[in-house]
Amino acid sequence: MSEASVARKARPKFLDVREIRLPLPGIVSILHRISGAGLFLLLPFLLYLFDLSVSSPETFATYKAIVGHPLVKLILFGLLWAYLHHFCAGIRFLLLDLHKGIELEQARQSARLVLIVSLTLTVILGVWLW
Amino acid sequence: MVKRLVVGAHYGLRDWLAQRATATYMALYTIVFAFAALTLPKMDYAHWSALFSGGLMRFLTFLFFMSLAYHAWVGVRDIWMDYVKPLGLRLALHLVTLFLLVGYAGWAAKILWRL
Repeated sequence: MSEASVARKARPKFLDVREIRLPLPGIVSILHRISGAGLFLLLPFLLYLFDLSVSSPETFATYKAIVGHPLVKLILFGLLWAYLHHFCAGIRFLLLDLHKGIELEQARQSARLVLIVSLTLTVILGVWLW
Repeated sequence: MVKRLVVGAHYGLRDWLAQRATATYMALYTIVFAFAALTLPKMDYAHWSALFSGGLMRFLTFLFFMSLAYHAWVGVRDIWMDYVKPLGLRLALHLVTLFLLVGYAGWAAKILWRL
């Protein structure tokens, strides 16, 4: 028996999602997917708001009333984070595609940077727009 | 020989590249839009709608929505391909995604050209 097959047998299967501890780049990656899915699912709502906001002064007032609701604000706050995370993580992935920052330590640091920058921008823009 | 599935990937570079090209365009547009929107003298109907009624901004915004549709198509299709195994269900989800995105793109065009 070869060494490789022994090693393969010994490899533990560890696929319990509640137990898996993703490294930072893995967290950025799955959040990139989740934020993208969330933006896609709520895209009709955003288009509806955009439609209202530019149609007429009357519909603009309706738009204002809708986005003034605390629950809607919370959803938009979440979408703002989703957009900014997708934006920042996307730039990181584009750079990785260009083989920039692919060393492990750089990749960890850029992942941390993506999380920090997107959260900070969300808070700054969120407070400004609230 | 690659086993080709009707709801599999396209086994090519095109969508991969298109996803990145559209991402780059949308990122640039986002910066332009954010700057234009955040520097509006007043956030009211007149200023806000005027932002999109100029020929250049309308064109750039239209391109943004077209890019978004293509980009989201590749991304959401990848999600279905990763998690949905039954072929019939996957095909149905692909079609629903495609129809929704084409519809959204049409809706966006309607909004922009009514201005």
